[in-house]
Amino acid sequence: MADVDTQREAVLDALDNVAERLTAEKSYLTDLDSAIGDADHGSNMQRGFSKAAEKRDEFADMDPDDIVKTIGTTLISNVGGASGPLYGGSIMFASQELDGGITVETSVAFAEAYLDKVKDRGGAQVGSKTMVDALVPAVHTYKKSIEQDDLPPLEALAKAVDAAERGVQFTTPIKALKGRASFLDWRSVGHQDPGATSTLFIMEELLATAEEYLDGDVERDARAADAVRRDE
Amino acid sequence: MIGLVVVSHSAKAAEGIADVAAQMGGGSARIVPAGGEDGGIGTSPDTIREAIEEADDGDGVVVLVDLGSAVMNTELAIEMATDVNASIADAPILEGTLNAAVETTSKKATLQSVVERAEEAREYRKLN
Repeated sequence: MADVDTQREAVLDALDNVAERLTAEKSYLTDLDSAIGDADHGSNMQRGFSKAAEKRDEFADMDPDDIVKTIGTTLISNVGGASGPLYGGSIMFASQELDGGITVETSVAFAEAYLDKVKDRGGAQVGSKTMVDALVPAVHTYKKSIEQDDLPPLEALAKAVDAAERGVQFTTPIKALKGRASFLDWRSVGHQDPGATSTLFIMEELLATAEEYLDGDVERDARAADAVRRDE
Repeated sequence: MIGLVVVSHSAKAAEGIADVAAQMGGGSARIVPAGGEDGGIGTSPDTIREAIEEADDGDGVVVLVDLGSAVMNTELAIEMATDVNASIADAPILEGTLNAAVETTSKKATLQSVVERAEEAREYRKLN
């Protein structure tokens, strides 16, 4: 396990990377949300993660799990809408799993706790056209890759990100059953879900950060590799 | 006395519903509106938590909510307000608040009875 200073630096770098990415994607996410929601997802997520990233000095002496918990509470207070409790509340809840530090095992437990809280809080299932459609394949793939296939964590995370991406694509052709978009009924079909999309962006930045710290060279496009295998 | 909190995406709606219900409660009900977010449409867990703490006199609080994020942010606010015994009533927000306001003025009212009374409002028909 990496020492606590390295863990802290990795968490803070991940936070910075996510905040920067969501700033860059702000108008894209808002465009997606204006089609089937209330056009605030980009600005809400950007504001929340930027506020958290501004606390870097405050985080200097904190344990990694406390930093993650504080990121959650900062999102709760600054993101707003349903995304505040869904992203912030779930991060806050799942941070308990990192109590003993960040390891391969606790990262799986964190991912599962986060998914459970999102499903419990929002009541969405796979196929509801929400962030759950990206999260379920990502978390299941990550857990299986680690626990059954014994893959190195970086490779497992890359597969998880690819699974999330396929989940995002799945949200486009289906009808929304949860959230603001569900009030649009059939009009929601044909639009990509903004929550699934921001979930993918966050995961891509976690992967980018992990690549720096685990110093690995990872095959990002496991999807393409799978497709090749299917063709054989 | 059981306190009530009205959570709506609109601050005006929350205040208006609280006003109507206060009249039903004979002026003695404790009803705190918690609507809107940063002056606009939305719901805020911090605003809701403050309202729950304000509405509580030690007997507990029942929260009436409108839709979606109002429910999630209220769940979160209840988890954060650890000193208050609070429950959400699964009821239409206006009718439920009126029912609840009347029930809170009963000397025998409990958190459970106020929730149940509020939830009876789901059965209301407006036309016979």
